Amino acid sequence: MDWQSILSLSVQQAFGPTAVIYCLAAIGLNVHFGYTGLLNFGQAGFMAVAGYSVASIVSTWNMSFWLGILVGLLLTVVLALILGVPTLRLRADYLAIVTIAAAEIIRQTVGSVTLVDYFGGQDGLTGFIDSFRNLNPYSGSVGIPGVTAWSSYDFWVMTVGWVMVALSCVVVWLLMRSPWGRVLKSIREDEDAVRSLGKNVYSYKMQSLVIGGLFGALAGFATALRSAAIGPSFFATDITFFAYTVLLIGGAARVLGPVVGSVIFWFLLSFLGLFFDQATRGSDPLIPDWIMSPTEASLIRFIFLGLGLMLLMIFRPQGIFGDRRELALDAR
Amino acid sequence: MPADTRPASATNSSDRADAGAAQQGLADVAHQPGAAKPDPILVADHVVRNFGGLTAVDVAHVEVQRGVITALIGPNGAGKTTFFNLLTGFDRPDSGEWSFNGRSLDKMPAYKVARMGMIRTFQLTKVLSKLTVIENMRVGAVGQKGESLLSAMFRPLWRSQERSNTEKADALLERFLLIKKREDFAGSLSGGQRKLLEVARALMADPELVMLDEPMAGVNPALKQSLLGHVKSLRDEGRTVLFVEHDMDMVRDISDWVIVMAQGKVVAEGPPDAVMQDQRVIDAYLGAHHDSELTFEDEQRIIAEAEAELARREEKK
Repeated sequence: MDWQSILSLSVQQAFGPTAVIYCLAAIGLNVHFGYTGLLNFGQAGFMAVAGYSVASIVSTWNMSFWLGILVGLLLTVVLALILGVPTLRLRADYLAIVTIAAAEIIRQTVGSVTLVDYFGGQDGLTGFIDSFRNLNPYSGSVGIPGVTAWSSYDFWVMTVGWVMVALSCVVVWLLMRSPWGRVLKSIREDEDAVRSLGKNVYSYKMQSLVIGGLFGALAGFATALRSAAIGPSFFATDITFFAYTVLLIGGAARVLGPVVGSVIFWFLLSFLGLFFDQATRGSDPLIPDWIMSPTEASLIRFIFLGLGLMLLMIFRPQGIFGDRRELALDAR
Repeated sequence: MPADTRPASATNSSDRADAGAAQQGLADVAHQPGAAKPDPILVADHVVRNFGGLTAVDVAHVEVQRGVITALIGPNGAGKTTFFNLLTGFDRPDSGEWSFNGRSLDKMPAYKVARMGMIRTFQLTKVLSKLTVIENMRVGAVGQKGESLLSAMFRPLWRSQERSNTEKADALLERFLLIKKREDFAGSLSGGQRKLLEVARALMADPELVMLDEPMAGVNPALKQSLLGHVKSLRDEGRTVLFVEHDMDMVRDISDWVIVMAQGKVVAEGPPDAVMQDQRVIDAYLGAHHDSELTFEDEQRIIAEAEAELARREEKK
């Protein structure tokens, strides 16, 4: 059992590009669900629109990478409006249904054979990151000596990514301490009360949907850049639910909840994966073969993660940063 | 100090005179459904709302006098709350016209109705549980600069307004005896305190017309007295109050005018004492035959009819 390497690789994952992606996606969900009470189950859809915008603008239409970013942000706003216009006047669960369906529609569309010339079908697109890679100031491998290291490109994605996360957190913090944020939180508590006080609830929900979607767009860009490729499988439904997990671990409606949640989530997920991998490997494994084979070991981490989530919900349902007093109110 | 935050006892004489004049104006009003008032703030005409086959509200004409306390009473299912929802834009009538201060409210969304100065509360109190009491109050203020997305991130743009709103909120909390709960979550308040908070929050918007939906429901007797005082103080500072209530003591005690609804229609109007004596009102509440004794013959007849009915149904099967 090589604890050194298990821990090192887990830390690598905990702060790596993937953690950045889920953190950004969860920040968006925090605005939607944590602050406004909107159940967006299609964050992956927002990510896909943004990611595919960059990828296809550059590799299909041979235009500027930065134009791709701009188009991505713009289309995300459009998507939020399209989803919001019919559903935000209805009860909260309609938005959930529509967003989860929309995310799948987007994924199936970009992966379709008909549009293979534009979006590359199931294989996706590659070769769109040159402008971004050329800006990379690092070389070789970068990291914390004696703990872990990342490739220079990964570290470049992480640098930009965590800066984005920091900026996003500042924006969320500034917004949520303002009267604007107070209206959002009030809508989460009781829409009709807010309406009776002269606020246009529909407009506020739309603003929240757009802003949260834009954070999702940042996550989409990060997804495209991390792998230097993009494909429909990158935006499956489980992405959204992992992002929700991240949000709940950290604590909903807390500015830093998604950040801490994402780091913990990815640390645990890779730690469990590596641990069971090593524990079942070799001639005399720690866990004998008749209990668990190496193939089973790669999946067992999700079972443990689910168990962990259950324990979290039972013993600390408010998440790491949450306030227990708030939850006690629901019991009344 | 802003006008709305002074305690009732400190109201100046001109306001008093106004309220008095408004009350006196009602003296000449006929005691019948749809009577015209000298200075109506709210007028509704032919407002009809159907739920499937049921006509919940069918109000031909009703006016609410400015500057007085008007009670809307009626037995359960009379359509009082539905009528309230229609007036405040929370529900749409199938037909009808209604106006506030002469401006039509037809097809106007609830938030715009509120902005015009017509703020309502709810039968089941709607406090914002996970916000503190003071935050609940701040939400109530209208025209906040910091509520627009563009200025929200820049505190200097809304700081001074926020400060004055907070002062106003504190004064209201003081008046409604909630100041000790200032930093508590609104969800931790008792039922009565929630009612108080809801009324106080409504006042943050300086409404001309306050619409209270069963303000006394679930409030303990001690708090009831203070709530009564608060409702009266609203009138004393020149606001109009329209409230739905089942508690007849409250209706008798504080209302200047009573509108009675039954089965969706306005069946009677008048000052509280006159209305309580009104045969139509007694009939609506207790049924037309409530004071005639059920004789043995009547009973036999009813049983016979019921049995005949049952027998007929059996045959049909």
